Amino acid sequence: MSQTIEAPVEVRLPDEDNEHDHDRPWIVIVWNDPINLMSYVTFVLRKLFGFSVEEATKLMLQVHNDGKAVVSSGEKEKAEFDVARLHAHGLWATLRQD
Amino acid sequence: MAKRGIKRDRKAGGYLLNLPPEERALLRSLPAQFREVLQTDDPSLRRIFPPAYMDDDDANDEFQRLMREELLEGKLAALAIVEKTAGADHLTGEQLEGWLGALESLRLFLGTQLDVTEETYAIELDPDDPSAPALALYSYLSWLQEQAVEALSSSL
Repeated sequence: MSQTIEAPVEVRLPDEDNEHDHDRPWIVIVWNDPINLMSYVTFVLRKLFGFSVEEATKLMLQVHNDGKAVVSSGEKEKAEFDVARLHAHGLWATLRQD
Repeated sequence: MAKRGIKRDRKAGGYLLNLPPEERALLRSLPAQFREVLQTDDPSLRRIFPPAYMDDDDANDEFQRLMREELLEGKLAALAIVEKTAGADHLTGEQLEGWLGALESLRLFLGTQLDVTEETYAIELDPDDPSAPALALYSYLSWLQEQAVEALSSSL
């Protein structure tokens, strides 16, 4: 496929700070807490994200041992949706741009 | 006699709830008390309505404004399921998910109020401790939640 360019393309130089803002994905982080049962965290990760037992267990142990783990990433709306679902299940989750 | 707890019903589908009457009575009474608390601004609810953004108060306020009501409704619906089915011998998958959610909220609230740590589970209860009854309830709910998780995990 080709495209005919009829007018010169206006080039806007990006600000340095925002150069990659639209490319950088948003990440969802689950934080460790002393209340949630390990088996429960594994269950929720399997149920919400379709992880295998092994994948979910690995992430749960990362949360438990390192204090946090990234469980999903993508567009901001998707990250907010995932955080809301994790909150609905009682997990302590936040989102931020990577 | 079947073992006390929650098991998958491999014959009829769903789950078997096997608890003595006094435990059922306790579980039936908890939702009404907790429903009131959920609609206050008790600081021990902070783990039930956690921040979504670590360092952005404005974004967080906006997120709470959009999501808090829905989050609260989910918690209330789960409590209503436990209240209604506390006497049942058989639960559907959907009902047990409600139990799981209600147990989760109750534990998040109690655990925050009691300021539990990961060591709390290993400590023996001291009957003279004024928080002993609440700690006993917390550990009972932890046991029951583990039962619900195991039963539901076996059908994922």
